[in-house]
Amino acid sequence: MSEIITIQNFGKSYGKIRAVEGLTLAINSGELFGLIGPDGAGKTTTMRTLCTLLPLEEGQMQLAGFEVRRDVAAIRSILGYMPQRFSLYPDLSVEQNLLFFADLFGVSAAEKKKRLPQLYHFSKLEPFKNRLAKQLSGGMKQKLALSCTLIHTPKILILDEPTTGVDPVSRREFWQILQQLRDDGVTILVSTPYMDEALLCNRVAFMHKGKVLALDDPRLITKHFPHTLYEVATPAPQLLVPYFKTAHACESVQIFGDRLHVSFAAPLADAMLKSVVQSAPQPVIEMRQIAPGIEDTFMALMKNRISPQP
Amino acid sequence: MNRIIPIIRKEFIHIRRDFRTLIIIFIMPVAQLLMFGYAINMEIQNITLAVIDHSESPASRDLIRAFAGSKFFTVRHFDGGESRVGALFQNRQARIVLIIPQDFAATIARPVATKVQALIDASDSNAAQAIRNYADAILQTYNAGRGLAAPFEVQTTIQYNPTFKSTYFFVPGLVALILIMISALLTSVAIAREKETGTMEQILVSPVRAREIIIGKVVPYILLAFMDGVIVLLVAHFWFKVPIIGSVALILGAALVYVFVALALGLFISTLAHTQQVAMMAALIISMLPSIMLSGFFFPVASMPKVLQWITYVVPAKYFLLIVRGIMLKGNTLAQIGTPLLVLLGMGIILTIISTKKFKTTL
Repeated sequence: MSEIITIQNFGKSYGKIRAVEGLTLAINSGELFGLIGPDGAGKTTTMRTLCTLLPLEEGQMQLAGFEVRRDVAAIRSILGYMPQRFSLYPDLSVEQNLLFFADLFGVSAAEKKKRLPQLYHFSKLEPFKNRLAKQLSGGMKQKLALSCTLIHTPKILILDEPTTGVDPVSRREFWQILQQLRDDGVTILVSTPYMDEALLCNRVAFMHKGKVLALDDPRLITKHFPHTLYEVATPAPQLLVPYFKTAHACESVQIFGDRLHVSFAAPLADAMLKSVVQSAPQPVIEMRQIAPGIEDTFMALMKNRISPQP
Repeated sequence: MNRIIPIIRKEFIHIRRDFRTLIIIFIMPVAQLLMFGYAINMEIQNITLAVIDHSESPASRDLIRAFAGSKFFTVRHFDGGESRVGALFQNRQARIVLIIPQDFAATIARPVATKVQALIDASDSNAAQAIRNYADAILQTYNAGRGLAAPFEVQTTIQYNPTFKSTYFFVPGLVALILIMISALLTSVAIAREKETGTMEQILVSPVRAREIIIGKVVPYILLAFMDGVIVLLVAHFWFKVPIIGSVALILGAALVYVFVALALGLFISTLAHTQQVAMMAALIISMLPSIMLSGFFFPVASMPKVLQWITYVVPAKYFLLIVRGIMLKGNTLAQIGTPLLVLLGMGIILTIISTKKFKTTL
């Protein structure tokens, strides 16, 4: 597979704050690539710089062979970008929004005629084409925004947290569209705070404080988890946190819903496990070793700031 | 360049669907004109004049009749004596008190100067000045009627606005004020709105160029502001009967240049402001205050302190006021208004260049 987006040693500061530090990434053509990380990780900065919206000051970036620093116009014409904030014209109808962006990207009349039904087909927005954008539901707005960024048939699609604040059903629908676009050959770079969405990507990079901590197939990324993980079922998870934190030299304790995830540097011997359960100040229904999930992995990586293993 | 048309078209959809903008554009100028035209009237009538007549002679009654006969004064006799004149002013029972001395009838018959005293309430100094002028005029007529010739005579002819109509004075100023306010406000808000709602981010990522966005944004408002100018002029001419002695085409042409300057100003503001609120406040302050205070609209530039006089050189309204007053009231031709027109054009070009440079196609 050929690399269509490459980033080398990208760095960016806002005054004294270091937003991104020595970021190096390569995204393959036709890939659905996820950027995951907490707020302030540098995801939006990276995406905006790729889109030529922010000046590239440190490092190198190429999109489909074009230099971000030099070929601004060329990059803008092959790129679709959907910013984090919903930003279409609320007082324009669905169709007016689509046509405006078509004109902005110089889509020919013939092309428009072909493209519009396609976009209506996957977004299912046709029945609402005369409705004002501000009267659409959250999920429909997102689909309209996506349609507008797709109007000029871009080769590369960059989406900044497209599903934040969207209901679960619309989210699933949205990701089905993304997967279909990927199958049609569009390269997609998407950021998301949702771990279930990360699983739908071909590869994910986990960013934290401007650095990539792990980069892998989302199903394999859990191998970066550095410890052994146990799940503790208990009626009082909160009350047990200090017990695990102090009484035993564990690496971390996280509350996952009504359970605790406790990690240790190495697997516990059976006897040790037993004594941990028995000396707990609250009843422990069950404590068993489990395979770490993506979230466990990221939590652990964030805490330890471990560099990605090659 | 073919991206300009869609931007213009979109802007018109915004304007059509935004009721508030429409009101600002079409109702505000007319409302302002009517308000200024009627509420601010610099002519004073029915000034209460209290007379203390110590003479009580046919001659003194003649003089009083001269005052009572004018439409400016309402005469009231007052018997309280000089000591209570202060109370008359305090209680606003008179704005001018005329005191006729006991020997008035006797001295006026002889060829020596006869003195009467007029006390004027100058708590409103503009009004006091006007009252004094009216009183002087009446006394002069009175003297003339008695065949008393002054050693020499100053004949004053008031030109271009012989009856001192205040609408003649306000309308050109209002045209200047309204055009710059509307234009600067609309453009700056239109661009700041896109920044605030984030749509600018979406536009900028397209291959569109800065100048295409700017032209697309400005053209609709040039048309609207120009229409506004026409409306204000129509109301001024047909409702307030302000004459247009010079060429109508010349006024419209000059208005177009002025609108261009105003829009460039709005554009400049929008490159600095990131929210509609800031843009609106900045546009109002930057366009309105100088256009009222420093343009010669109300206060003559010549009587300002030197520092303020220097500032007036960068106030576009000052130049437009010269042009509009010149054309409407004096019938100026293009050659006579050439200099201020060129200054305006230069201002517009400089502002546009700065704004286009400052308007980045990055965030």
